[in-house]
Amino acid sequence: MSRTAAIVLRQYYLMRGNLSRLLSPVVWVTIDIVLWGFITKYLNTVTSSGFNFVPALLGAVLLWDFFSRVMHGVSMAFLEDVWSRNFLNLFASPLSLSQYLSGLVLTAIATSVVGLIVMLILATTMFGLSFFTLGLMLVPFLFVLFLFGIALGIFGCTIVLRLGPASEWFIWPIPALISPFVGVFYPISTLPQWMQYLSYVLPPSYVFEGMRAIVLGGVVSGRGLFCGGWLAVLYILLGCWFFKRTYQRAVRTGLIARYSAESIS
Amino acid sequence: MVKFRSEAGSKMKQSLRSQTIPPLKVLSVIGLRKVYGDTVAVDGISFDVGSKEIVGLLGPNGAGKTTTINMILGVLEPSSGTIRIEDLDIETDRSRALERTNFAAVYAPLPGNLTLYQNLRIFGLLYGVKGLSERIEVLLKQLDLVTFRDIKCGVLSSGEQTRVGLAKALLNDPQLLLLDEPTASLDPATARDMRTKIREFAAQGTGGVLWTSHNMYEVQEVCDRVLFLSHGKILLEGDPKTLPGEYGKETLEELFITVAREPLALELG
Repeated sequence: MSRTAAIVLRQYYLMRGNLSRLLSPVVWVTIDIVLWGFITKYLNTVTSSGFNFVPALLGAVLLWDFFSRVMHGVSMAFLEDVWSRNFLNLFASPLSLSQYLSGLVLTAIATSVVGLIVMLILATTMFGLSFFTLGLMLVPFLFVLFLFGIALGIFGCTIVLRLGPASEWFIWPIPALISPFVGVFYPISTLPQWMQYLSYVLPPSYVFEGMRAIVLGGVVSGRGLFCGGWLAVLYILLGCWFFKRTYQRAVRTGLIARYSAESIS
Repeated sequence: MVKFRSEAGSKMKQSLRSQTIPPLKVLSVIGLRKVYGDTVAVDGISFDVGSKEIVGLLGPNGAGKTTTINMILGVLEPSSGTIRIEDLDIETDRSRALERTNFAAVYAPLPGNLTLYQNLRIFGLLYGVKGLSERIEVLLKQLDLVTFRDIKCGVLSSGEQTRVGLAKALLNDPQLLLLDEPTASLDPATARDMRTKIREFAAQGTGGVLWTSHNMYEVQEVCDRVLFLSHGKILLEGDPKTLPGEYGKETLEELFITVAREPLALELG
């Protein structure tokens, strides 16, 4: 437990000591909420359908940003060790991989919760978004997105561990790459069939479909959401397995001890 | 005439051990080998480090010293062989074995974006140090680092960072202390202080030290025993004070140069 706490403490010290790190979980979500808040307000004025875009669009942005923050929270904490060339010190200590990954996940929980609180305050006070609309379903929605964010965060760490420090740019666009498939802003049925097949295996699809169902007065598919949750758990397990295999390879080749060299060849 | 370790070396090793048998092995390395493709980095070496013993691992650049240390630290998987730290196998009992180990190396500085105290606190937690706050204060005083307590490690001089690395390495009062060129960037006075601290560590506790250095004066002064490594093999082993004379050399440095330049002559000698 103290070893996991050490990983979290390291991130806390880093955030406390640097304003740019402290602002990172807050600034982007603020920009997104403000931008999309005004877009939804504008849409409400120019459409005559009477449909309220605030919960549908702004709510979707909020949930999506929460997911992105979780994923980037895990990856950023890992990248701090890449940037400070800390692998040898960490992995030559008694720290186990599960303790290390747990530390990264706890850090991501802290940073994403801060981002979520800021988004909720802005969205409700500035744009009148009421999350009471979603009711208790908000909890499983956030939970599924959180789990999938963790899974993709670990996957991102694995990519960097496998391909070297220069591959960090692969991490940043991952949420943007999957967003068209999960129907953040539109129903999955809008997509061509081949894209829909991919949607079925992406947990956020079930969240955004559920959110739209509530906003439109329909019923959330409990089975779908349950399926999304299990898929997210499966992806976390796969991510951990992938990370472990990649780490073992790095130990076998000597990459962990000479990580800044990017490859051992 | 210098003789190959497997003949004269093993006899000498036996006689040395009969004179000073260490009470407990803190490190046992048996048949350790590391192969990268066609390159043999470490070629089936076996040695041990006893409690309170300081063993020097010497050899030219590329001899396999750091590869050996990395395997002992569990960050490099051996192709074959066994590493036991206080009877704990590093492969099967990694965390418990590493709880009893620590290391300092110039190529593994502590994160420069944290203060000295923050780094020591984090690594103290990682190593499960009991009474961590007190232990940090003791080490800061012992290593004359109190003034740098709240300074970020990245702004310290290389010599100061070396002392910081040693403070981290001593945090858990390890049974096995691995030091890879610990005095490489220190001025002579500070290097002497460091040697004193490390000798005190070995003398006062129950831990043993595996030390690599290219400073033969330092090795002669500090080490109880040295292992000469060349092309991944241990060619010579013995007391650094008597070893050069036994092999017809004036100094340890001369012997080192012979090992570095003419390892084949040694093997055939």
